[in-house]
Amino acid sequence: MDSLLSVRNLVTRYETDSATVEAVNDISFDVLPGETLGLVGETGAGKTTTALSILQLLPERTGVIKSGAICYKGEDLLSKSKEEMRLIRGACISMIFQDPMTALNPVLTIGEQIRESLEIHNYDGLSREQLDERVDELLEMVGIRTSRKYDYPHQFSGGMKQRVVIAISLACNPELIIADEPTTALDVTIQAQVLAMMMDLKNRLKTSMIMITHDLGIVAQTCDKVAIMYAGEIVESGTVRDIYLGEKHHPYTVGLFGSIPDLEKETRRLSPIEGIMPDPRNLPTGCKFHPRCAHCTARCEREAPPVYREGSHEIRCHLFAAEDANGN
Amino acid sequence: METDRNDILVKTVGLKKYFKVSEGILHAVDDVNLEIRRGHNLGVVGESGCGKSTLGRLLLRLIPATEGEVYFEGQDILKLSNAKMSALRPNMQMIFQDPYSSLNPRMSVFDLIAEPLQMNKVYKQYDAMADRIYELMDMVGLARYYADSFPHELDGGRRQRIGVARALALNPKFVVCDEPVSALDVSIQAQILNLLMDLQDELGLTYMFITHDLSVVKHISEEIAVMYLGQCVELASSRELFKNPLHPYTKALLAAVPVPRLDTGREFSVIRGEVSNPIDPKPGCRFAARCDHYDPQRCDLPQSLRDKGNGHMVACALCE
Repeated sequence: MDSLLSVRNLVTRYETDSATVEAVNDISFDVLPGETLGLVGETGAGKTTTALSILQLLPERTGVIKSGAICYKGEDLLSKSKEEMRLIRGACISMIFQDPMTALNPVLTIGEQIRESLEIHNYDGLSREQLDERVDELLEMVGIRTSRKYDYPHQFSGGMKQRVVIAISLACNPELIIADEPTTALDVTIQAQVLAMMMDLKNRLKTSMIMITHDLGIVAQTCDKVAIMYAGEIVESGTVRDIYLGEKHHPYTVGLFGSIPDLEKETRRLSPIEGIMPDPRNLPTGCKFHPRCAHCTARCEREAPPVYREGSHEIRCHLFAAEDANGN
Repeated sequence: METDRNDILVKTVGLKKYFKVSEGILHAVDDVNLEIRRGHNLGVVGESGCGKSTLGRLLLRLIPATEGEVYFEGQDILKLSNAKMSALRPNMQMIFQDPYSSLNPRMSVFDLIAEPLQMNKVYKQYDAMADRIYELMDMVGLARYYADSFPHELDGGRRQRIGVARALALNPKFVVCDEPVSALDVSIQAQILNLLMDLQDELGLTYMFITHDLSVVKHISEEIAVMYLGQCVELASSRELFKNPLHPYTKALLAAVPVPRLDTGREFSVIRGEVSNPIDPKPGCRFAARCDHYDPQRCDLPQSLRDKGNGHMVACALCE
C-alpha cells in the first residue's frame, strides 16, 4: 500500500541570534491510509515540532526545516507555496491541539468556529443552508446537542470543548488528522469518552491519524504503529506488538516503561531513567541518550548508532547493532 | 485496639466546606470522615472539582472549615488560637502541584529553602542554617551548585525537589502532597515518587497524597479514599480497592485508565456524562446521574460510608 504521508530525513531547527535549537534530527516515518501512528516522547522530544513541520506551521523566522522531504500522497509539501498549503491544511490534513481551552476563539460561538473551516474550504459551492446542515451533522457526530451551536466556548466543560475542536478538525473530511496530546488536559473518565469517540470516528471515516502523546497506555489502546522519540530522533519504532511484546528494546523505551506505575502489577519501586533530557541547544555527541544510559560504552559517546532492524521493528542503538554484526 | 487508636495522627470528623457562589452554595467538601495513621500514606483520588485539594487545605487549616473537626495528634486544630496554630504549623506541611508557580521566581534555590527556616527563626547563626540547607539539598537530590540558581534555570523535576526541600525543612510529621507529580514528565515523575517514598521511610513521615492518577496512588499509598463531588464514596486499603472495587464510580474510574500493555483482555469501558457541580445538591447519591445501576427507590436516600468488611467502606445503596 502506498503511504498517505511519508516523512524522510526531516531536520527542523529553531534558530535565534543566541542559539540554535536542534528540535528534530533526521527522522523518517510513514503513515498508511487508515493507520494510526503513535508519536511518543517526553517534553522536548520534538513531537510537536514534527507535527508543525508537516503542516508548516512553524513560527516564522525562527523555525526552519533544514532538510528532508515530506510527501503527502506523493506530492512534496515542502515545495508548496503558502497559498497551496492553506488549501491542504484543514481540508486534507488537520490538527487537534492539546489544550481545548486555548485552541478556541472565546468571542465566537462554536457554531461559527466550525463553519469557518467549512467556508474556507467550500469548493463544492455549498449554500448557507447546506453549511448549517453540515455544522449540525458535525456536532451530532461528536455528541453535542445541535442547539448548543449558539453557545460560546466558556459555556462548555473541558471535555465538551475538546469535542468541538475535534468537530472542527473533521469538518472537511481530512484524510489525516494530527492529534497533539488531545486528552492530556482532560480527566480520566472524560479522556476515555473522548478517546473512544475519536477511535470510533476514525474507523467510520477511515481517517489516518498521528497520535502525539506521552502516555504509553493511550498508545496501547489506540495505535497501530509506534515511534518513540528522544531528543529529536526516533530511537525505536515498529508495530504496537513490536513495542509492547517484542523482546529487544532501546534502553530509553525500557526506561519509559519502567517509569510508569502499573495498575495491574505490584511494584514497590519504580525504575526511572536517571538524569534529565539533554539541552537541545547543545546535544551530546554520538548517541543522544548515552549520558543517561546504563549500557553506555565508549563507542556510544563517539558514534551515532546505526539502525538495527528486525522485520518492522527498528532500534537505533549500538547494543543491538553489534549483535547483528556478530550474528551474521 | 487501644494502641491502634493512638496511632492516628490526623483525623477528620464531619468535615464540611461550603462556598457561596452566585448560583447557590457549592458543597466542595461535604461530610468527610477520614483517619490517617502515623507513618501511613492516605491517597485521595478523584477528578477535577471533586474537592480533593480543598480537603488538603482544610486539613492544614489553610482555609477555615464550614463545619466539622480536624484532629492532629488528638487536638482539634480548628479550635486552636492563631498563636497556637502557628506553633503547630511546622509539623504539617504541603507540597504543591505546580513547581512552576509555587516558587518565587526572584528567589534563589538557597533563599527558597531558607525561607521556612527564617520565618520560624529556627537558627540563630547563619552557618548553622546554611548547613541545614545543604543537608536538605542533599536529601532531596539537588546538587549543591544549584544553590545560587533561580527556579527558571531548573527543569520541572528539580523545581519540584525544591518544593519537597521547603516542605521538609522544619521536620514536619505530616505532609499533604497535592498532585506533586502531575506537572512532570513520566521519567521525572518516577524519580520524584521514589524520592517521596524514600523520604517517608527515612523520616517516618505521614502523607496525604492527593492525585487524579490511580496508578500513582496504587503505587504509593496504603489506603485510598475515592472522592466524588465533595464526598468520599469509597475508602479501603490499596490492595483491597484495586482487587475488589465496590462503588460504581470507582469501577468506572479504574476502567477508564489506559494500561500500557496489549492483550490485557481488559474491557475499555466508558461512563457517560460529566462531573457536574455540587451546587445545592439534592440528598442521595451524587453519582446517580452517571450510574448504570441507578435505582430511584434506594439511590435518592442520603448515602453514608458503610463497612463491608476488612475496613472496606463504601457509600452506595446498591452494594449489599
